[in-house]
Amino acid sequence: MGTSAGQVIAAPGWAGALTHPYFQHALLAGTAIAAASGLVGYFLVLRAQVFTGDALSHVSFTGALAALALGYDLRLGLFAATIAVALLLGTLGRGGRADDVAIGSVFSWILGLGVFFLTLYTTSRSAGNGGAGVNVLFGSVFGLSAGQALTAALVAAGICAAVVAIARPLLFASVDEAVAAARGVPVRLLGFVFLVLVGACAAEATQAVGSLLLLGMLAAPAGAAQRLTDRPYRALALSAGLAVAEMWAGLGLSYAVPGVPPSFGVMAAATAVYGAAYALGARGGARGSLRLPLTP
Amino acid sequence: MLTADVYGAAGAAGLSAGWSVGPGGWSWNLLTDLRQMWAFPFMVNAFRAGTLIAVGAAVMGWFMVLRRQSFAGHTVATVGFPGAAGAALLGVGAVYGYFTFCVAAALVIAALPRAGRAAGGHESAVTGTVQAFLLACGFLFTTLYKGLLGGVTSLLFGSFLGITTAQVWLLFAVTAAVLAVLAVIGRPLLFASVDPDVAAGRGVPVRLLSTAFLVLLGAAAAEASQITGSLLVFALLVMPAATAQILSARPAVSLALSVAIAVAVTWLGLITAYYSPYPIGFYVTTFAFAGYVVAYVMTRSVRFAGGRT
Repeated sequence: MGTSAGQVIAAPGWAGALTHPYFQHALLAGTAIAAASGLVGYFLVLRAQVFTGDALSHVSFTGALAALALGYDLRLGLFAATIAVALLLGTLGRGGRADDVAIGSVFSWILGLGVFFLTLYTTSRSAGNGGAGVNVLFGSVFGLSAGQALTAALVAAGICAAVVAIARPLLFASVDEAVAAARGVPVRLLGFVFLVLVGACAAEATQAVGSLLLLGMLAAPAGAAQRLTDRPYRALALSAGLAVAEMWAGLGLSYAVPGVPPSFGVMAAATAVYGAAYALGARGGARGSLRLPLTP
Repeated sequence: MLTADVYGAAGAAGLSAGWSVGPGGWSWNLLTDLRQMWAFPFMVNAFRAGTLIAVGAAVMGWFMVLRRQSFAGHTVATVGFPGAAGAALLGVGAVYGYFTFCVAAALVIAALPRAGRAAGGHESAVTGTVQAFLLACGFLFTTLYKGLLGGVTSLLFGSFLGITTAQVWLLFAVTAAVLAVLAVIGRPLLFASVDPDVAAGRGVPVRLLSTAFLVLLGAAAAEASQITGSLLVFALLVMPAATAQILSARPAVSLALSVAIAVAVTWLGLITAYYSPYPIGFYVTTFAFAGYVVAYVMTRSVRFAGGRT
C-alpha cells in the first residue's frame, strides 16, 4: 500500500519532505486535483447538486474496481464509469439535474456492483493486490509514480480550464435558470457539460483522496467559500484556493505525524476550515443572496 | 483479506463456494433448500436479523423517500462505518459504534437550518462535509487499529456471517422501538412530509417531527448496517420504498409494498449469497435495483399506452 510505504520512508524534519520523490509527486498531483475540485465543487454547491457529486464519487469506486478486475488500467475505469453515469443522471432528470431518489437508487446499486468486482478481483486474480479496494476507497496519494502524477496534474489542469471557460454562462444558468434560458443560454447543454466535468473531476480526485472522501474535497472548500463571500467569482477563486491550501496542510500533517493517512489530514483540514467559516458566517449576521455582476 | 473473510467463515460452517456445491447443493425445491440452510444456526440468525432489518429499513425508507431526504439518509447511514471502526479501536462491540454515530449524525443534520431552495446548497455542503470527515475518521481508526484492516470491507459492504442470537434480540428491540415511535408520530409525520406549510399552520410541530424522524432513521440505518454494511444500507432504505411509491400512490398500500419488497429482496440476497462466493450486499442491491427498474418500466409503458386504470 502506498500510504504505509510513505509512512515508512517519512523521516523527521519538515524541510526534508520536499526531497522525497513520493512527496513531490503527491504535491504536484494533489495541488492540481484540489484546484479542480474546488472549482467544480463551487458550482456543485451553488446548484444544490452535492448529492450528485456524492453519487459519482461512489461510482468511481465501481469503475476503478471493474477495470482492475477485467485487467485494465484503473484510471480507464474511473473516467469511463464516472462520465457515463454523469450523463445517465443528467438524462434521468430535467434540465441536467437528477431527482434524488433516482440518484440514490442508481448509485446504491452501482456500489453493490463495485463490491462484486472487488470480490472478483481479490479472489480471481492471483496477482491481485489485496489492498486495492481500500486504496480506491480511501486514496493513496503517496503512492503515485512520476508519470501518474504528471498525467493527473495535466488532466486536472484541463478540468480547471474547462470550468473557467464556461464559468460565466454556467453561473447565470445556475442562479436563474429561467431567465438564462430566456436570454438564449443553452441551460440544458451546460447542465450536461457540467456533469461531465464533475465526473472527470471525481475520477481525478479519487486517485488522491479516495472515492469515499472525495465528497469532502468537493463540498467543504466550496461551502466555506460561499460562507465567506457573496461575490461569485471571488467565491469561485476562494474555493479553489482553500482546496489547495487544505491539500497542502493535509499532506504536511500526514508527513509530520506518521500513522495519519494523507486523506485524513486533508479532510481534517477541510473540515476545520469549513467550521471556522461557518462560525464567521454565522457571526456576520443574515447573509444576503448572491450579488450577481451578470449581463449577458 | 476479503477472500479469507468469505471462504474462512463459510468454510468453518462446512460450506464451499460456488453454486450447487453447498451442503446438498441447490435443489430448486425452495422448502428443502431453506430447511437445509436453516440447519445452520448462523443462517437462522441471518434470516431473523435480515427480516427485522428489512422491515425497519423499508418503513423508515418509505418516509425518507417521501420527504426527499435521501442525501441526509445516505449520510446518516454511511457514518456507521467510522462508528464501527471506532468501537473496534476501543474494544467495544460494533453495534454500539453504529448506533452512537448514526444517531449523533442524525442530530447534527437535524440541527441544520432547513429552509427553502436557497438554503439547499449550504445544507448539503454541510452534510457532505460531515459525511466525508467522519469517513476519514473511520479510515484513521482502521489505520490505527491494524488488525481491523481485513474487516474494512465487511464493515462497509456487509456480511451475514456470525450474527449472534443476542444481536438478533437487540435488533428485535430496536425494530420494535422504531416502529412503536413511528406508529405514534406516523400520521402527523405524513402530514408534515406531504405539506409542511399547511401542517405548520395547523399547529403540527414540523421541526420537532423532522428531528424525531432523523433520529429514527439513524437507528434504522445503524441496525441495517450490520447486515448490508454501512455503505449499502442506503440501498435497503431507498430502493424498496422508491419501487413501492412508483407502484402505488396510496400511503398504506405503498408502505406495505415497501416492506414486502424489502423482505423479499433480503431473503433472496441471503439465499443467493449462501450459495455463491460474492458478498450479500451485492445481491441485495442488485435484486432491489432490478425490482425498481421493472416497476419503473412497467408504469412508464402503462402510461405510454394510455391505459392507466
